[in-house]
Amino acid sequence: MRAPLSTLFRLAWRESRTARRRLLLYMSSISLGVAALVAIDSFAANVQRSIKEQSRTLMGGDLNLRARQGFSAAADSLLDSLATAGFPSAKVTSFASMASAQPSGNTRLTQVRAVTPGFPFYGEVLTEPAGRWAQLHRGRYVLVDPSVLIGLDAQVGDSLQIGYARFEILAAITNIPGDPGIASTIGPRVFIPAQYLAETGLIAAGARAEYEAVLKLPEGTRTPIWVAPLRPRIEKENIRIRTVEEREIDLTDAIQQLARFLSVVGLIALLLGGIGVASGVNAFVQRKIDTVAVLRCLGASSAQVLTIYLVQAAAMGFLGAAAGAVLGIGIQFGLPKMLGDFLPVDVQVSLVPSAILLGLGIGVWVAVVFALRPLLVLRRVSPLQAIRRDDAALAESRRKDSATQITNLALVASVIGLAINRAETVSQGLLFAVGVFVSIGTLWLAAAGLARLTRRIVSPTWPYVLRQGIANLHRPAAQTQSVVLALGFGSFLVTTIVLVQTNLLAQFEFTAAQSRGNLVFFDVQDDQRSGLAALVSESGHEVVSETPIVTMRFAGGNGLTTEEWAERVGMPARNWALRREYRSTYRDSIVPTETLLSGEWFGERQLPAGVYEVSLERDITDELKATLGDTLQWDVQGVTIRTVVTSTREVDWGRFEPNFFAVFQTESLRGAPAQFVTIAAVSSDTAVARLQREAVRRYPNVSSIDLSLVRGTINQIVSKVTLTVRFLALFSLAMGIPVLFSAVAATRRDRLREGVLLKTLGATRAQIGRILLAEYAVLGLLGSLSGMLLAVGGAWGLVTFVFQSTFSFAALPALGIAAAMMALAVSIGLLTGRDVFRETPMAVLREG
Amino acid sequence: MLVARTLTKEYRSGTAPLAVLRDVSFDIPEGAFVAIVGPSGSGKTTLLGLLAGLDQPTRGAVLLDGEDLTRLDEDARARLRGEKVGFIFQSFQLIPTLTAQENVQVPLELQGRGDAGEKARDLLTRVGLGDRLDHFPSQLSGGEQQRVAIARAFANEPRILFADEPTGNLDGTTGAKIVALLDQLNQESGATVVIVTHDLGLAEHAQRVIRLRDGVVIEDRPGRGGAGTHPGADDASGPAAGASA
Repeated sequence: MRAPLSTLFRLAWRESRTARRRLLLYMSSISLGVAALVAIDSFAANVQRSIKEQSRTLMGGDLNLRARQGFSAAADSLLDSLATAGFPSAKVTSFASMASAQPSGNTRLTQVRAVTPGFPFYGEVLTEPAGRWAQLHRGRYVLVDPSVLIGLDAQVGDSLQIGYARFEILAAITNIPGDPGIASTIGPRVFIPAQYLAETGLIAAGARAEYEAVLKLPEGTRTPIWVAPLRPRIEKENIRIRTVEEREIDLTDAIQQLARFLSVVGLIALLLGGIGVASGVNAFVQRKIDTVAVLRCLGASSAQVLTIYLVQAAAMGFLGAAAGAVLGIGIQFGLPKMLGDFLPVDVQVSLVPSAILLGLGIGVWVAVVFALRPLLVLRRVSPLQAIRRDDAALAESRRKDSATQITNLALVASVIGLAINRAETVSQGLLFAVGVFVSIGTLWLAAAGLARLTRRIVSPTWPYVLRQGIANLHRPAAQTQSVVLALGFGSFLVTTIVLVQTNLLAQFEFTAAQSRGNLVFFDVQDDQRSGLAALVSESGHEVVSETPIVTMRFAGGNGLTTEEWAERVGMPARNWALRREYRSTYRDSIVPTETLLSGEWFGERQLPAGVYEVSLERDITDELKATLGDTLQWDVQGVTIRTVVTSTREVDWGRFEPNFFAVFQTESLRGAPAQFVTIAAVSSDTAVARLQREAVRRYPNVSSIDLSLVRGTINQIVSKVTLTVRFLALFSLAMGIPVLFSAVAATRRDRLREGVLLKTLGATRAQIGRILLAEYAVLGLLGSLSGMLLAVGGAWGLVTFVFQSTFSFAALPALGIAAAMMALAVSIGLLTGRDVFRETPMAVLREG
Repeated sequence: MLVARTLTKEYRSGTAPLAVLRDVSFDIPEGAFVAIVGPSGSGKTTLLGLLAGLDQPTRGAVLLDGEDLTRLDEDARARLRGEKVGFIFQSFQLIPTLTAQENVQVPLELQGRGDAGEKARDLLTRVGLGDRLDHFPSQLSGGEQQRVAIARAFANEPRILFADEPTGNLDGTTGAKIVALLDQLNQESGATVVIVTHDLGLAEHAQRVIRLRDGVVIEDRPGRGGAGTHPGADDASGPAAGASA
């Protein structure tokens, strides 16, 4: 009769007594990975559920219509007839404008939203004082974001001038459905009744505004079916239709993509944890050889032995995963607070059992698969080891057999399976898996290469403690690679994040510093231009530039209409480059933000009468599929202008200066109605405020931006992003710690023996301490170096290709991270190695 | 009960094989108390390992209760050990994470015996440790640990008991008590006992003494212990001793 499984479970439980804490420590390597998966999955599920629940509220109606150029008369009459038929609609017109408060006299740029009664059809707008939204349409009232009140030093009851109209501030808006919180930081909102829109005098031809309408449909209407017959009529009026379902898909898609990206990080954390588990269990196995040999003497079969220890590993793996799940749930509750400003919905956090179970399942699976590999050795421990420790036989038991190969295959299959589970499609999953293998593989190789290099460059002239410390990296069964991998991966993630962040910020600083002026006036009409310039110079400041802007549309080329052109060059007729409104300028010289790529700048070229030169930006040239020498037509507010493409330019869009897709020869547009952007260099903040106030008073339609304010706004956003980034970085660092502990623990016994032996030979505690210090400092250095090398590559790729900017290596933060990594490695090493200091030589020598 | 047939064990040392045991043959009848003695490096422990099926010989055979151990795979030998063999080690080899009682239970539980707890308590009481059931090995003296090991060795009523230097880690008085206990259990249970030792005093407690040197049997004679007969002594030691002497 053989022992039933329950007996083996009982034996496993008893036998694990003193090892539980240690096993749990090893298994905690997977906790952070599980925490990440549970948090991300739960959070994504919660956000998606919230979006689904709030989708109508988010849009303010069941159907959203958006017209770039305003609603045509035909569109308006369609909306009217729909309203008569029981499908009410409300309109929102959004545009940027200066707002000036009285009595404070302060001004600032705001995002004006002119709304008609009824908006929003769903959801509640919360105000302070409460309940004021309903009163908006009862007079010349305005409701504003709290930041407007702060920025303008105004309060409820004060008056606010927008364009030529004056309103009374009725309340501050504390929450409005549909906008992420960050919207108020980027452009503080001001809501006015649409009936006073014309009075502001800001919606003139060529003004930049967005026109939207939301429709309310009866309860239970299936929007896509309802809208289908109307679609052709609506779209004919250049109106884009979004149903609540489409909006929902857009939002959930974005969240899912974010969740997918984050869960890849989580997955890598989990796999790294798996490596930690393998290292730790390897150490555990070393300690269990004697017990296993005795069990074998007492008649235990290899399967029974494996079962006993696998049960222990699985149980501790479960606890490690459970701890991770609990942590994940905690993080999930914190995420909406951290990311709330970036989310369009108020996320209702609740437990998502499927996410928790999935995280637990994946965690236990990873723990077991990674533990199995070292545990397989126990099957082959000879009972003879109980009588006499035979290292040759032990080495033999580590020989790879078919079971090891199968476990290896299971490991690879697990990674692929998990990646596919995380990805949208199988091919994406495979790509993820390859990415995971490549990043871990590259780190592994870098670690191995650096470790080998260290050994090679050691010189006999170096101090003994340093040589001994480095030699320790190569002791048998040393977990150098695992430690370096854990450190390297943490350092890789943190350094990448920090490098990208510093590069982007540095770029912004650079751009801001390079801009010649600091106060930008836009929407300046032709007849206001000289007055504004006079105002600036009278107050003792300098007008740096005045740039004319002429709005126009592409009207085909080489004698073809737009549609024919599209067909000829093979681009969709709805392509944005064909349909967009171009805001172009005219001048005779190239500016510092531009580089000529091909052709020649405007010169004394002989062109037929009525044909002028135009210079196109590189991307728009590609998009329009235009080439040098093409004759392009432009519809400039009803007048057709013919131009020949004589040059293409590269434009640095990052600069705070007006930049253009198409630059025309001056004489081509001289007579065209233009608006101007005037940039002034103004010395102090008070002078800026005074000038803005005066400009708004004289020219209410003219908006102005104080670039230092923009910088402040960006800093505000950056600091919010930084918080999230810091959390991610901290998480990346933290996940290396248990892995590091596990890997270091693997050689603890050997280290103890060596340390005691050295003591016996006369080494002082200080010398042993220095050897440990050297060993871990080198490990830390290797880890952070390999991580940094990869990070420089990663950050370079991200900055160059994703953010399309020039990468520069920020040495100081990178070195700071490297120092932190070394400190971490040394602390953990000394903490784990403290027994070496404590143990007397006799105790260990007696142990044999 | 236990038959060794021309047992040879070689290890590879560089390119040349190194024989640790050479053509060792003998029979041990049921119920015998046999001591295998010899100086350090004579091959005693290797022989014990082969006799108990812990290792496989390079050549030759071991028949335990009529079953040829060399023809069994590792798991089959483990099963056989679980059923018929008991072990006592020089360093006690108790599982440090288990209490005294749990240590004694292990072989019974591996056999799937339902009465493991009861039997273990009974055995520990018989070896004088009835009041130490819940103590961990680290809480017991060397002599007490070895008594637990003896109780464990007798737990599944083995047909044969192997002891590797059972008094090697004990002082003289404690060692003598352990030998007396082994003797007593041997008498009571009728189990065959094979002791490996370099302690000649201990060996003299046995009914038969087999002496090894450099991997060959150089002497096989009756000991002073017990009055048992040694039917195998004349058959087996003659040719083996003759060949190697």
